[in-house]
Amino acid sequence: MSEHSTYTPGSGIEKWLDERLPIIRFSKEHLMDFPTPKNLNYWWTFGAILVMCLLVQIVTGVILAMHYTPNIGMAFDSVEHIRRDVNGGRIIQATHAVGASMFFAAVYIHIFRGMYFGSYKAPREILWILGVLIFLLMMATAFMGYVLPWGQMSGWAATVITNIFAAIPVIGTPLLELLRGGFSVGNPTLNRFFSLHYLLPFVIAAVVALHIWALHVPGNNNPTGVSVKDSRDTLPFHPYYTMKDLFGMVLFMIPFAWFIFFAPDILGHPDNYIQFDSQVTPAHIVPEWYFLPFYAILRAIDFNLLFIDSKLLGVIFFGGSILILFLLPWLDTSKVRSGNFRPMFRWFYWLFVINFVALTYLGAQPADGIYVLLSKICTAYYFIHFIVILPVLGRIETPRPLPTSISESVLSKSHA
Amino acid sequence: MFNTKTILATVAILAGLAGMPATQAAEEAPHIEKQSWSFAGIFGTYDQNQLQRGFQVFREVCSSCHSARLISFRNLAEEGGPAFSEEQVKALAAEYDIADPTADGGTRKGVAADRWPSPFATEQDARDANGGALPPDFSVLAKARGVHDAFPFWIFNYFTGYSEGGPDYIHALLNGYHEEVPESAPHNADGTPFELPEGKYYNDYFAGHAIGMAPPLQDGQISYEVAEGEAAVPLTVDQYSKDVAAYMMWMAEPGLVSRKQTGFGVLLFLVLFAGLMYGTKRKIWAGIEH
Repeated sequence: MSEHSTYTPGSGIEKWLDERLPIIRFSKEHLMDFPTPKNLNYWWTFGAILVMCLLVQIVTGVILAMHYTPNIGMAFDSVEHIRRDVNGGRIIQATHAVGASMFFAAVYIHIFRGMYFGSYKAPREILWILGVLIFLLMMATAFMGYVLPWGQMSGWAATVITNIFAAIPVIGTPLLELLRGGFSVGNPTLNRFFSLHYLLPFVIAAVVALHIWALHVPGNNNPTGVSVKDSRDTLPFHPYYTMKDLFGMVLFMIPFAWFIFFAPDILGHPDNYIQFDSQVTPAHIVPEWYFLPFYAILRAIDFNLLFIDSKLLGVIFFGGSILILFLLPWLDTSKVRSGNFRPMFRWFYWLFVINFVALTYLGAQPADGIYVLLSKICTAYYFIHFIVILPVLGRIETPRPLPTSISESVLSKSHA
Repeated sequence: MFNTKTILATVAILAGLAGMPATQAAEEAPHIEKQSWSFAGIFGTYDQNQLQRGFQVFREVCSSCHSARLISFRNLAEEGGPAFSEEQVKALAAEYDIADPTADGGTRKGVAADRWPSPFATEQDARDANGGALPPDFSVLAKARGVHDAFPFWIFNYFTGYSEGGPDYIHALLNGYHEEVPESAPHNADGTPFELPEGKYYNDYFAGHAIGMAPPLQDGQISYEVAEGEAAVPLTVDQYSKDVAAYMMWMAEPGLVSRKQTGFGVLLFLVLFAGLMYGTKRKIWAGIEH
């Protein structure tokens, strides 16, 4: 995007560098001058907040890896060693553990923001797809990280989640054994999860770079969903959005710090303070909260369909619930991006949010009685939203008139 | 700037976050009375006298069956904990024989750096001596237990930072014994009355109610030393169990006091910093219609 470059090398060294590696030019174009819609609200600060979350996880994680021992006999005690004896370890460990939850809280807000304002629509389909890919990688990373302290929930989560893959026909069993490094969850499982848990964040960082690249080609969407027309619609990223994002980050750190310092264990499960014992099954195996909606979908499928048994069908729905997000840009047929101008979509959007929260709740409940039925209804609605409601809405809905430009909408708002 | 819709949406998301009852488990967990702990809340600190009493209960009663393998003698002298003097800890450690294959005869006197010695050499020895049941290690036990709040009460826990479920459970458990199976005992699935297996004891709060541990505490069992000019602490099971639960919380979370103190400073800083950041942001954006 060199068309808005205002960079002229100031000194001989800068000129020399600019002809060889134009890194200063690149930074100025993309971190400072980048034209950004002037009407972005605070929901847009979550992109920057997520970058912060990733960096916090990587920095704290690298330090934790210096003191952690990936061996089933020592892992549990080594985490306690970090909490008790390593300088600052108590805070670093708590930051990493709470950080995972905060990372997911932020990513859910970011995803739901994109869904409301239609940020996945042309020309931002690739941007969205890369985002879903990051979300998938985050889930894999968080799951493997959760196994590392080798508590009861760690070991049983590893057992249950790897078991999911066994339902895949033909390759299921070999895949299961490959994931576990044996027939059951044990030392090889812990070792490979540790290795991958260290690797994946850097893969995430690379996909984040692509995500930002894909953002900087079409530029930001905005609350009106109307494309940028001219320079009156935009502001340079710096200082306007650097400052707004920094403020958002500091604000986000307040609940983050609250959990780290005053309730570091409240987002986890007490059972994970018991060392993993493959002979003792916990009364309820519950995943971390951020997996609960998808866990509810997995468990809701307890029936066979034709030749597909319930276990495989559950896996299909479980996988499908995430994979369907990849198709969202084409499932939503409406040409209007922002939910603000789609009177019917708004209702269905909030219904979808409520349904998602309900799935989260149901994922934590025991799989019996009324909860099974409710899980089925919510699972069905989750898919109906994508497969039926979104394609149909685009055809039958009459959107409200769109402002001709961002600056017009901004002006009419401030004079209203 | 923040319109009603934004606030509503924030509330919806917070509710969603709160919809993460990771500690949620049902099966009619009996109601556990929450106690008032000195270490609860933002300004919570351990009561040094209580920890010292709790240590006495642990040492005289619990430690004959329960290990605490992550605790070192030196921890007992650390600030924010029972904070015995270093001389006291050295003398205490020296009372114990520590198995050490590099020492003459295989044992030597303990030093402050030694871990708290386990009462049994192996897990099997522990089981053999306790009718097949394994007395759990105490190091992090206070964090491995919790209290189940019914919906919607657990939502408030995220805002109050309730982290004392373990001590509350331990206190309830130690006071939840019955000499005989009470009327309130749940019936079996086939309607037959609850039967206590041989060698087990009935406890209201233990999962399944049949616990292998005999009631460990009796009124008057342990005599606390009363310092001059201080009120005598009641010598009751209720008091003993509170003291030992507090001590177990300290074992599980020895850095709690400094963590909370740091946290208060951090939060105060962040709130002020956020205010300054907001002011700066307003200044930069002044005059821009957005």
